[in-house]
Amino acid sequence: MLAFVIRRLGVMLVTALVLTFVVFYLTNLAPNLEKLARSEGSVRMTDAAVASWLDEHGHTGSVFYRYAEWLGAAPGWVRTDEKGVTRGLCIGQRDDPALAPKRCGIFQGNWGFSTVFKKTVLYSLGKSMAATGWLMLAVMLVMVPIALVIGVLAGMREGSRTDRVLSTFSIATSATPEYVSGVILVALLASPATGLSPLLAQWGWIGKKTLFMGTATSAMDHITFWNFGLPVATIALYGVGYIARMTRASMTEVMTQQYIRTARLKGVSFRQVVLRHALRNAMIAPFTVIMLQFPYLLNGVVITETLFNYKGFGWMLVTAAGNNDIEMLLGASVVAVIFVLLTQLISDIGYVFLNPRIRLG
Amino acid sequence: MSSLIPEFGWADMSEPLSWAAIFGLMAKQFWPVWVALAVTFALSFRFKRRLGLYGKLFDSPVAIVGFAIVMFWVFTAIFANVIMTFDPLAQLGSVKNPLPGAVVPDGVEGQYKWFLLGGDHLARDVFSRMVMGARQVLIIAPAATTFAFLVGITLGLPAGYIGGRLDTALSFLANLVLAFPVILLFYLLVTPEIRNTGIPVVLAAVLFLIPIAFFAILFQSRFHTSPNKRNLYVGITLVLGLWAYSGLAFNADPLGVWGMDPNLLNVFVSVVFVNAPTVFRIVRGIVMDIKSRDYVAAGQTRGEKAWYIMLWEILPNARGPLIVDYCLRIGYTTILLGTLGFFGLGVTPESPDWGSTINAGRKLLSMVPHPAVVPALALMSLVLGLNLLADGLREESLKD
Repeated sequence: MLAFVIRRLGVMLVTALVLTFVVFYLTNLAPNLEKLARSEGSVRMTDAAVASWLDEHGHTGSVFYRYAEWLGAAPGWVRTDEKGVTRGLCIGQRDDPALAPKRCGIFQGNWGFSTVFKKTVLYSLGKSMAATGWLMLAVMLVMVPIALVIGVLAGMREGSRTDRVLSTFSIATSATPEYVSGVILVALLASPATGLSPLLAQWGWIGKKTLFMGTATSAMDHITFWNFGLPVATIALYGVGYIARMTRASMTEVMTQQYIRTARLKGVSFRQVVLRHALRNAMIAPFTVIMLQFPYLLNGVVITETLFNYKGFGWMLVTAAGNNDIEMLLGASVVAVIFVLLTQLISDIGYVFLNPRIRLG
Repeated sequence: MSSLIPEFGWADMSEPLSWAAIFGLMAKQFWPVWVALAVTFALSFRFKRRLGLYGKLFDSPVAIVGFAIVMFWVFTAIFANVIMTFDPLAQLGSVKNPLPGAVVPDGVEGQYKWFLLGGDHLARDVFSRMVMGARQVLIIAPAATTFAFLVGITLGLPAGYIGGRLDTALSFLANLVLAFPVILLFYLLVTPEIRNTGIPVVLAAVLFLIPIAFFAILFQSRFHTSPNKRNLYVGITLVLGLWAYSGLAFNADPLGVWGMDPNLLNVFVSVVFVNAPTVFRIVRGIVMDIKSRDYVAAGQTRGEKAWYIMLWEILPNARGPLIVDYCLRIGYTTILLGTLGFFGLGVTPESPDWGSTINAGRKLLSMVPHPAVVPALALMSLVLGLNLLADGLREESLKD
């Protein structure tokens, strides 16, 4: 077990390094850097001025070396201009160049400065990830129980009418990506012109114009059911179908096992058989699926936060990418990549842990 | 041509339409689709016992519904020019976001008289844009999925069959791409800046070469004992393949038949790149399962070459799960393309594809939902149809 975890961690580390390098390479392409120079320096810079700006700010040289600098594995760049002012990656505005540390990168906790948010990357990341954390938590609390219940109910009597109805429902939700369900939910529940809200307002059941709120910006300060309901429902809806289908498949397989039949023949009630005998064995596969669902959740989070204007991780990623905020984008991708890899690791370990039939040498 | 069907008497020419009239007129507008669907279903039911797996589809109600929805959109895409009521790019009048059923201002004689499903913020007809969007989606999504499959199969077969270091290396690469958050990859790969660096062209050059290699090896491994046939088939593959390759990947087709807009190439390559690793993993898993079967051992004993066994013995027997996944994956690709459009990546702003229409419509979503809801429902129904079709196919293929 330990050897397995260590080997997986090793592969994970290599994967993380390769992926962050790819992101670094793609964000630091020449056109992006030129855009950065023009937005940070001046729009009307000549090509020569752009080249010298880039050189002064340490954006020239081999991409591998710059990547190592950014990681903090290689000493950061230091430049002294004609006025005799020494600046460098690790030298702040007022610091004495002689006292500055040699290396400063991701490893040393220096994630850079966001050109869009005008804050350090770590600060912006922390704030936006906290916001997304609440969203993810709410989604998980809604999505997982609903999906498991649907899957178990559909799978315990394969081919029954309940099964047909619930399976069709799961297929329908997994055909509804977030940008579709979000749009439909807003039109139905959060529009003063269409859907339910005008009716409810007319009947005097709701005091405000719409039932739910069409944006979740106010949920940044305090979360209520009415401003958080739609984003959570939007993300959860797409995931529910997939997890429910996996649970159903696992449940139908368990229900055909010999020990279920034995228990039934002994006279145990159907309810007891499902709850005591089938459920635990049927939960192994969905666990992996739920863990592997996290990377897709990330996708959904980006779309939903953009749609509902909730300033979390996804919104920040889109803003950073749209505004050529290189260091912010790099920081966000480090987080995203590590997040995906960690969920994969947990799902692998959890699978082994839950299923005693699998032995790892 | 629409004069084949009599006018609706209750549709007054100057009043906005009721919802019943809107649906009536839309149903009329879709007449080529109904005819084509009727013909398809009549022929399929008539000959269903002779049509193999396709015929078996018509034993499952779920598959019939799914197939009907999918074919509805396929025929809509084919007959888009007849169905749509306006040019999808034309701006009709100056009223923003006209409601469904509104009368088109200062209509010319012979022009259609209503916005069937309303207009968008530039007073373009939502119905016509939805119909034209179907064509865009149904050209790119199946093509990209097919390429992803060819790439995944060509790499997955040897990885599963030969195994060893090749498998380790290819699997590592596949996992690498899979560990990348899709959205981040799109934001990095589908930008105008990237196009200037030529990275999409390089990716296309590599990815598009693989299908040619696939077909060349396919015929070579089968016909290498009869050189005449081999030369013919491999020759045709190479001539056609390299001709298309020069046009699609480098936009340098000497005859100018094949060509792809650089924006589209960028989107296409990214979608193939994202999908291929998953296909690779599926193929690899199936091959590892099948290669221990007796008929593979028999082939090996006969002295058949590795590629012959992979392509002509294992691949045909892996077709069931692959066909099912193909249907699901077209749906997933449609969703991905919609995501790209939703973020405004890689498509021109006036493009009528569903993702960008949803994106354009969401700004005023809570006030005038119809410009966003119509393409959203269209996209959902197509993906739902594909999922139902895949589900029905899976059930039918498990029966035997």
